[in-house]
Amino acid sequence: MPKTIKLTKGLNIRLKGSAEKKITGLSSQQFAIKPTDFTGVFPRLQVKEGDAVKAGSPLFIDKYRENIVFTSPVSGTITEIKRGDKRLLLEVRIESDGKNEAIDFGKADPASLTKKEIAEKLLQSGVWTVIRQRPYAVIANPEHTPKAVHISAFDTAPLAPDYDFVVNGQGEYFQTGLDVLSKLSDGKVNLNVSKETKAKEFLGARNVTINIFSGPHPAGNIGIQIHHIDPINKGDVVWFAGVQDVITIGRLFSEGIYDSTTIAALAGSEVTRPQYYKTRRGASIGAMVKDNVNNENVRFISGNVLTGKQIRPDNFLGFYDSLITVIPEGNYHEFLGWALPGFGKFSTSRAFFSWINPSKEYRLDTNLHGGERAYVMTGQFEKVLPMDIYPLQLIKAILTEDIDLMENLGIYEVEPEDFALCEFMDTSKTEIQTIIRKGLEIMRKEMS
Amino acid sequence: MKALRKQLDKIKPQFQKGGKFEKLHSTFDAFETFLFVPDKTTSHGSHIRDSIDMKRTMSLVVIALIPALLFGIWNVGHQHFLSHGETVAFWDKVLYGLWKVLPIIVVSYVTGLAIEFAFAQIRHHEVNEGFLVSGMLIPLVVPPDIPLWMVSLATAFAVIIGKEVFGGTGMNILNPALTARAFLFFAYPAQISGDKVWIAEKADAFSGATPLAEAAAGISAETVNFTHNFMEMFMGTIPGSIGETSTLAILIGAAILVFTGVGSLRIMVSVALGGIFMGGLLNLASVNAYMDVPFYYHLVMGGFAFGMVFMATDPVTASQTNKGKLIYGFLIGVMAVLIRVLNPAYPEGMMLAILLMNVFAPLIDHYVVEANIKRRLKRMKPAKA
Repeated sequence: MPKTIKLTKGLNIRLKGSAEKKITGLSSQQFAIKPTDFTGVFPRLQVKEGDAVKAGSPLFIDKYRENIVFTSPVSGTITEIKRGDKRLLLEVRIESDGKNEAIDFGKADPASLTKKEIAEKLLQSGVWTVIRQRPYAVIANPEHTPKAVHISAFDTAPLAPDYDFVVNGQGEYFQTGLDVLSKLSDGKVNLNVSKETKAKEFLGARNVTINIFSGPHPAGNIGIQIHHIDPINKGDVVWFAGVQDVITIGRLFSEGIYDSTTIAALAGSEVTRPQYYKTRRGASIGAMVKDNVNNENVRFISGNVLTGKQIRPDNFLGFYDSLITVIPEGNYHEFLGWALPGFGKFSTSRAFFSWINPSKEYRLDTNLHGGERAYVMTGQFEKVLPMDIYPLQLIKAILTEDIDLMENLGIYEVEPEDFALCEFMDTSKTEIQTIIRKGLEIMRKEMS
Repeated sequence: MKALRKQLDKIKPQFQKGGKFEKLHSTFDAFETFLFVPDKTTSHGSHIRDSIDMKRTMSLVVIALIPALLFGIWNVGHQHFLSHGETVAFWDKVLYGLWKVLPIIVVSYVTGLAIEFAFAQIRHHEVNEGFLVSGMLIPLVVPPDIPLWMVSLATAFAVIIGKEVFGGTGMNILNPALTARAFLFFAYPAQISGDKVWIAEKADAFSGATPLAEAAAGISAETVNFTHNFMEMFMGTIPGSIGETSTLAILIGAAILVFTGVGSLRIMVSVALGGIFMGGLLNLASVNAYMDVPFYYHLVMGGFAFGMVFMATDPVTASQTNKGKLIYGFLIGVMAVLIRVLNPAYPEGMMLAILLMNVFAPLIDHYVVEANIKRRLKRMKPAKA
């Protein structure tokens, strides 16, 4: 048994409305692939409105890396190509014809293929886009050979889906996916599991190194895990993928098609029946949330409450997301709110009397609870960032755009999601994830 | 409260850009956000946020100061009547204390907040809450008999020169409240040192020396003769600055700060350890009566405890890294005792020690962070080989 890596820093935010362990099939009509889900991609369209597509047909490619192809998750018709400011491509919408016809890429045993053949198959089918790299969390470059591959088999974020439950019954696909990844890398394929996991799909996985983690959020974040297993140095490239991404890879090789099926949880305090749904990448959440939300004034989030993207109720599940969260909006004034005893106010400090009841589940809204200020408090971020990194110093290095200092302070090892808890608890109410993203973008431009 | 909210919403446009009272925007905003937590929601990043904000944080520090303030008010009265040899009821002492202390608090807040509001308006940002704390700290570190115009002048100096010229709250190098005190100390030494000032309207015949002054006399004398014993110094029934005398009241405040997570226990403990270490060292190498004063006396004399809990822990001017905080605090303790005992010109070493370490805090952080950078670079080398 490998040694457990115990993390003590961090915070579990207990929210109301976790998903019941029940899977309902969801047959959405509308789908969309959103280029904005893919950091650093400049899309070049391959289809126009009215075109018929099959599952696996190219929708758009990356202008600067033309072998990276983004394909349709279903068969049907392109209904709309939605653009935003400056003609930024926002969505390619597809209406399903319900037939689920898929392009046949051919079944294959990864053991019998070369690295090049495997990459070719993944690229052609569009499945390659599920493999991302650190630093920068962009889609992996097929010409690179990564130092290692990491897969996080658990998610510690608030209301996150339970991957033990998700992987159940898909063990063969998952193992095939792992076999594929192990052929792509010269280094180790790390499967990082929670100490609590009982899933034989994870614990019995072959061709991988299993690392066990315990501790509060963000222990499930891939960046935190990499930092503790084999940190990223300047010049290193590490690949990562999620559990369902590995399953998608496995299906491509076992079935020969791009099967975009994914399991997503619907959760949050405002959901009447929070549960799991079997759906596809990019599916409309409309059918999921219809008659299932008990409040008018809510926010729909693709992803979790710390890092997800706000979407409209007729919008689409993010490409990499396995969770839709619905929480109340906080657009209200609160009379002398900062001075009240605050028995029901969640805080990591003991500044409100909610510390009396530590195990309570909260219904948190989107109110900022204060105004933006200069950084005054210190030593707070360190409590929720289980990394050997000085968070405030790194943030300030980014704000001053000091490239050498950012590099020295470990910018390559972080992603905005690792700083989400810092942002959550920041007394000064600054947008730390936006700052970290900006820092990474500066570095990516500098290094390319 | 809905009526009040409606009224605010009605007059709000007049304070916004293009409105009649555009110039008072920051002032309006400060009052509006004081009354109502804004309805602003998250737009980027984390969709939920911790309930804590700067107002809550700063008001907790003010709450933590209340035990020291209340004791100070009583003690001002107590010392006054004691010096006149009168025995009066508890409430008479409190009333006298209030009569002395309240005007100082009012002057400190009015001067400081007026300047803060003006700067916020000029710079087009929101009024920062930092002065809520500074405005209470300043009255607590001055002698009870200080002329009010001096309080006003020192506050103005601290806010403008100590803070705003650096860019306001969060950017200053020196602790503003201590800047005010240092300003008074060097500009008006007669009014803020010696034996006369520590008791309000002291009877001339009464000695009124603070334990620190008595101890300082020990440099040239055979022995140190304390009027008060250790317990009295701990409880605070001694002459001194308004809020600094009672170590007990200060420790209650420290408990509030540490429990709520607002104040840094690291700094407090390391300051105390630094003081004990230096005091102990001087005890061992003693050549005069002051050096013989038992090390634990330093913790309860003068402003040591107050500085340790409320001044050294100011997050803006202290070290920002956890390791840095330990070094910073320890050196404050060491320097405070060192200055007290070995430099008779400055009986109150705590103020100078903290200001000195405020200046060195960024340097300490620099080396702590540098160590982290070295670790990262070292990790990279074997990977290349």
